[in-house]
Amino acid sequence: MDSILIQLLNGLDKGAAYALIALGLTLVFGTLGVVNFAHGALFLMGAFCAVTFQKILTISKKVLDPSITYFDAYIEQPYLELWFGETGLAVIDWAVPLSIIVTIPTMLLIGLAMERGLIRHFYKRTHAEQILVTFGLAIVLQEIIRHFFGANPIPTPAPDIVSGSAAIGTWIGLGENFVYPWWRLIYLASATVIISSVFAFLHLTTFGMVVRAGMFDRQMVAFLGINVQRKFTIIFGLAAVVAGVAGAMYAPIVPPDYHMGMDFLVISFVIVVVGGMGSVRGAVAAGFLLGILQSLASMTVVSSLLPGIDQIIIYLVAVIILLTRPRGLMGRKGIGE
Amino acid sequence: MNSIKQQLMNLFKKQSDLTTILLFAAGVLTMPIWLDPIGANYPDLLQKFVIFGIFAVGYNILFGLTGYLSFGHAVFLGVGSYTAVWSFKLFTMNVLPAMLFATLISGLIAAAIGFVSMRRSGIYFSILTLAFAQMFYNLAYSVLIPITNGETGLQLRMHDIRIIDNYFSDPAPGLPSTELFGMSMNGYSGFYFCAVVLILAFYVAMKIFRSPFGMKLKAIKSNQHRMRYTGSDTRPYLITAFIISGMFAGLAGALLAVTDPLAGAERMQWTASGEVILMTILGGVGTLFGPLLGVGIIKYLENIFSTINESVLQQFFSFLPQWGENFMVAIVSPFVGDGWHLTLGILFMIIIIFLPGGLMEGFQKIKKRYLTKGVKDSESTTKQE
Repeated sequence: MDSILIQLLNGLDKGAAYALIALGLTLVFGTLGVVNFAHGALFLMGAFCAVTFQKILTISKKVLDPSITYFDAYIEQPYLELWFGETGLAVIDWAVPLSIIVTIPTMLLIGLAMERGLIRHFYKRTHAEQILVTFGLAIVLQEIIRHFFGANPIPTPAPDIVSGSAAIGTWIGLGENFVYPWWRLIYLASATVIISSVFAFLHLTTFGMVVRAGMFDRQMVAFLGINVQRKFTIIFGLAAVVAGVAGAMYAPIVPPDYHMGMDFLVISFVIVVVGGMGSVRGAVAAGFLLGILQSLASMTVVSSLLPGIDQIIIYLVAVIILLTRPRGLMGRKGIGE
Repeated sequence: MNSIKQQLMNLFKKQSDLTTILLFAAGVLTMPIWLDPIGANYPDLLQKFVIFGIFAVGYNILFGLTGYLSFGHAVFLGVGSYTAVWSFKLFTMNVLPAMLFATLISGLIAAAIGFVSMRRSGIYFSILTLAFAQMFYNLAYSVLIPITNGETGLQLRMHDIRIIDNYFSDPAPGLPSTELFGMSMNGYSGFYFCAVVLILAFYVAMKIFRSPFGMKLKAIKSNQHRMRYTGSDTRPYLITAFIISGMFAGLAGALLAVTDPLAGAERMQWTASGEVILMTILGGVGTLFGPLLGVGIIKYLENIFSTINESVLQQFFSFLPQWGENFMVAIVSPFVGDGWHLTLGILFMIIIIFLPGGLMEGFQKIKKRYLTKGVKDSESTTKQE
């Protein structure tokens, strides 16, 4: 029972990351009609925003180590600590949550630049060409990251206060052994908040209404005298921000390395397709669904029955769904075929 | 002057199959000679040219003719390699059975994947092939380890069974090498063998391009609906094309194992599929020679770029003053050595943005500009689509 619950939480967590990436991907596809293989790279950039921010905060100076008196020993001490003492250390400790403040504008800029510079010229091209050019862009971004940060994963810890585990078991009366890492719970909570705010944005604001109308019939909206182009640029920026924040928050869970974007891209594409190209709801639902299925499949009970199932469950489900529901869970006719 | 031009035009315009294949064979077999001046004349690289040539030619039959973008072709390359190495381990070091098995088995797997994936088109098709590719890749590292030997990769061992070889003669000391009836497949002989296979494969591809079957595939690319309205079921043609290109890929994988009897799952990663797409596009999708050109350029550049390091750069820019040298080295060094993939990505983007038809399209444009007189190139066989 415990293990099922744990895996369910794990699945929700993984599903949250998948859903956040897939959300932006499907939004971009639904509005701009562009298949963006560089979306995983945006997730990657977000994670490395957090890494960079942490690195900047911990720029250090060599100072004499007072605890060793026999000879001159030097230790690295961050400037922030030298200047602000305890407060500085606290800021360094909170680097990842704080980095989100930097991540949002950075990712917005990157997203806008990408749309203006590249994606815009590919609206009228075939999907194959869009896939290929963004695939090229993804390689370029990934290699740039590798050039600056190296090939090894960079540990980016969460703040001390939430680095432990939450005693969920005692809260709901399941015993003390049932614990779950705080940061993963926070990730799940913030993902829920982000997803709901995107939905609120799409369904409660005038801007969102125009975007939804544009997803439905872009030409008609343009006829009505609305500058669809600009709205779509903003949507692309928004998608980049969502992916970036998802990446930055993910850094404490799995230390980011340069190919995490590609790893997530494939899965999130599968998720978008399973959910139905261009369907935001479908993407979120499919993200959580596949995340949970993947986690449940990695339980020892299941994998002893069907060895290797945890490795392929996502793709297997995708194949089955695509064959039984050709346009995914909530896809519309005639899109991306 | 005019007559020379005329002759040239005739040569380009409507070659018979025989002239094309003869010219092609001559070109491939003399590669060690004409690639010598640019420093590409060593067996390892030459083998790569021809092997990936086969891969790309096969991929082009699917993507170039039908327009179906498969992201899973690396699977067949990997399956081909594994099958070939298993054939070396179990039966004989002779390369022919290995190639036969590899082609057949990858053909079977292609049939299975194609049968399912071809139910959908467009992006859905791409994602389905990608999903299958990832399944194979992940399984190779988990459940299939008895077959694939996991991360170590499948290798020849001293105590392999090798039924047929050991039946006829006692095992020689040391690891045996791959051979074709006693001819070792290392170095240049390996290259010439692969080159002959490439020529055969190219001949098959050319025949397909110029056959009614090829025309049907092209028709599917230009308008599948119309094709259906006129009463032809497109599905059998698509699946056949998928299987054929899968078999080409399997053959290429087998040859990789022939020249170096080792198979690893990284050959099946989806980025490897991306690489073959890239080669095909760079040269020119849907043209006969384009993919080969793309393979040549990419493998050559990869070879050059990934071996350059800082000291080579410093030597190269040593004519500049010291500050200029440092500056140039600092600018160029991210793009060479480990940074080769960066260059590749940029090259790829540039090609797609400015020349989506690939280099062959570029040549066509140039040719049209300078040699337009007297040419009605509606019949040109290398024409796009």
